[in-house]
Amino acid sequence: MAESKDFAKQAMVFAPQLYAAALRMTRNQSDAEDLVQETFLRGFRSFHTYTEGTNLRAWLFRILTNLFINSYRAKQRRPIETDLADVEDLYLYRRLGSFEAAAASLSAEDQFMDLFSDTEVKTALEDLPENFRLPVLLADVEGFAYKEIAEMLDIPVGTVMSRLHRGRKAMQRALYEYAEQRGLTGPHI
Amino acid sequence: MADCTETIKELDAFLDGELTDHVREQIHHHLSGCVDCHQAFDFHAELKSVIQRKCANEEMPEGLMEKIQQCFNTDLLDP
Repeated sequence: MAESKDFAKQAMVFAPQLYAAALRMTRNQSDAEDLVQETFLRGFRSFHTYTEGTNLRAWLFRILTNLFINSYRAKQRRPIETDLADVEDLYLYRRLGSFEAAAASLSAEDQFMDLFSDTEVKTALEDLPENFRLPVLLADVEGFAYKEIAEMLDIPVGTVMSRLHRGRKAMQRALYEYAEQRGLTGPHI
Repeated sequence: MADCTETIKELDAFLDGELTDHVREQIHHHLSGCVDCHQAFDFHAELKSVIQRKCANEEMPEGLMEKIQQCFNTDLLDP
């Protein structure tokens, strides 16, 4: 059985990741700080239910996600369940790829990184409706498997996959708009 | 044998490491002979890694680590 005195030693290393995820969920620093503190408090108190040798990071993210869904999302001003306009597959690729120079620059990773600022990518994710944002956050940012995400969100794996697919496309559309606003899609790149 | 349409349909699951060995083999085989799909897969692999790095890049606010540590101490004292 996991002992709570070991909790801090094992769990604190995940604090920065949990905080970054909490920020993407709550979209403001003060709620994110509260959410992370509550996650650690809850984890500390229920550490005896954690099975040693299993994935502690996933265990903590499950607590974080549950707390967010059950306590924080009531505070969110936006609707929780929203549909997204459908966007064609390969949305961003087809558009950025249509400019030869952009396509050429995309072969170099650091230049691709520079196409979008941190803030643009974060905002594109945070602007997704919650039912799409959480699967994309847990898969693309945190790298969890479909099955783990399905358990965390209490939805079927098929729903995880379809929300991921549509959420990613909507994010691509937002990124394309940023690129367009900054003239990155023009022929002068 | 997978064609372009079938291959693109598996793009998400491929990048997420969620395909069975058998399907992944088929996709690999198609990608090795199809420049268009290969480019599209590369693009999305890059995009996924950009999203990961940018969205995970956050400084912990000052004092948050200490506040978390304090929760453990006060919780131990509470009955």
